[in-house]
Amino acid sequence: MNEATSTVAAAAPAQGALYYRHTLAVRIMHWINVVALTILFMSGLQIFNAHPALHWGKSSYTGRPALLEIGVREGGESGMMGVTRIFGREFDTTGVLGLSRDDGELYAQAFPSWIAIPSHQWLSMARAWHFFFAWVFVVNGFCYLAYSIWSRHLAHDLAPTGGELKTIGRSIRDHLRFRHPSGEAATRYNVLQKIAYLVVIFVLLPLIVLMGLAMSPRLDALFTGWVDLVGGRQSARTLHFVIAWLLVAFVLIHVFQVIVTGLWNNLRSMITGRYRVPTEAHDE
Amino acid sequence: MNRRPEMSRRRFFARVLGGAATLALAGCQKLSQSEWFPKVLAVGERLSAAAGTLVAGRKAMAQEFTEADLSPSFRSNGTFRPQSAEYEALLARSFADYALVVDGLVADPRRYSLAELRALESRTQITRHDCVEGWSAIGKWKGVKLSTLLEAVRPAPAARFVVFHCADPMADDGKDPYYESIDMDDAWHPQTILAYDLNDAPLPVGNGAPLRLRVERQLGYKHAKYVMRIELVESFEKIHGGNGGYWEDQGYQWYAGI
Repeated sequence: MNEATSTVAAAAPAQGALYYRHTLAVRIMHWINVVALTILFMSGLQIFNAHPALHWGKSSYTGRPALLEIGVREGGESGMMGVTRIFGREFDTTGVLGLSRDDGELYAQAFPSWIAIPSHQWLSMARAWHFFFAWVFVVNGFCYLAYSIWSRHLAHDLAPTGGELKTIGRSIRDHLRFRHPSGEAATRYNVLQKIAYLVVIFVLLPLIVLMGLAMSPRLDALFTGWVDLVGGRQSARTLHFVIAWLLVAFVLIHVFQVIVTGLWNNLRSMITGRYRVPTEAHDE
Repeated sequence: MNRRPEMSRRRFFARVLGGAATLALAGCQKLSQSEWFPKVLAVGERLSAAAGTLVAGRKAMAQEFTEADLSPSFRSNGTFRPQSAEYEALLARSFADYALVVDGLVADPRRYSLAELRALESRTQITRHDCVEGWSAIGKWKGVKLSTLLEAVRPAPAARFVVFHCADPMADDGKDPYYESIDMDDAWHPQTILAYDLNDAPLPVGNGAPLRLRVERQLGYKHAKYVMRIELVESFEKIHGGNGGYWEDQGYQWYAGI
């Protein structure tokens, strides 16, 4: 990348040298976020298990069929099968959704035990986990925002420059070929990475919190009808679920990128803060 | 470049990660079943309750809907017919012998027949019922405001909670009657009513006949059905399991505003 506007260029570390990439505050908040979001996701799936269906509208009884429904019905080899219905189309999901196996025993549960907290149907406990870690997540998130603005992490490291935005096309081609920047360019986030982080931080995460709040009958009383702006409480529940899976997709891509651009180097930089500047682009 | 060590290192890392995930999941399971950890998690409930009051205010009104939003049929959940001889006897005579008792920390304890309740000023509201499980249904409720009854019995200054004792036993042996409790903010709230009609017809047995609570800013399990007695108390610690409600005694949150 040939960025004339780069602000770090003057202080660019030599290739192969270790440099201080992530501040202690960012590292701590990153790992708190990992724990909180993982628990929120897994306890959220257990809450979903109590009513494994998604609807659109103000109520679940609008006369229209569910958008998504996971359950069990008679059929299959063992006499029972797990089924998932999406927009009215039914799929046999025995072993994964609806009906799963634990130590050889079949049990009926929408999302299986290995992805849920607590593992087996226990709504009150799942709610206790979910709402505790929702607070951890929100407090951590506000700390991160305040810190990022105050320390100029946001302006300096995350906001794409005008010049960078013009290179989006090339950045997409580079990503598809697994070509990664080396030397000075590797000390900055690339433009796609910046956009992905900004979308997660300023769109997906605030939206999932808002959709969660829209499900609270107490907070629905804040302004009459505000929940209808997103289509009603059941729509909010559906959006909450969809955004959760979009975040999972982000995490999968994020972890994939961490692995292909140097797992140990990236992990070290998020633990000790030190990142070794790659000496050459490695095509894999 | 020799790729072998890299591959085995990756495989090793994947195994460590898999092992760690299994351990973490087992750890979460242990924590859920421990004595102390759920008490830590309960901090979240207290924060949510405080934030709910702070943000939405004590007097904020729940959303009311129109006839067009009504659910085609209002789902019956939990008890659909109380398993008790006393209730069957009341039902057999269409609740002609029913009497609602309002007592506890009040200046003037009273009893109301269904006819007396119906003769009092009524409130009609179309509201959304949100079950803790996740579903919602919209129904039209008509009943007497709880505040009307409170004005009549005059609560003592020490009264902090209103407890609703119900006719439906939750255990097979006829024990463990359903009960619930709310604080005085919800008790005096204009949308908190004791409903005797659902969708312009007398409340069906499945929905809590002859009288059920509507406390619109909380989840479904707070809306006690088959209400027989309303008791004003300073604390619910000595009532049944001591947590303020049947589901609360099973581990559910007393604050059901979220």
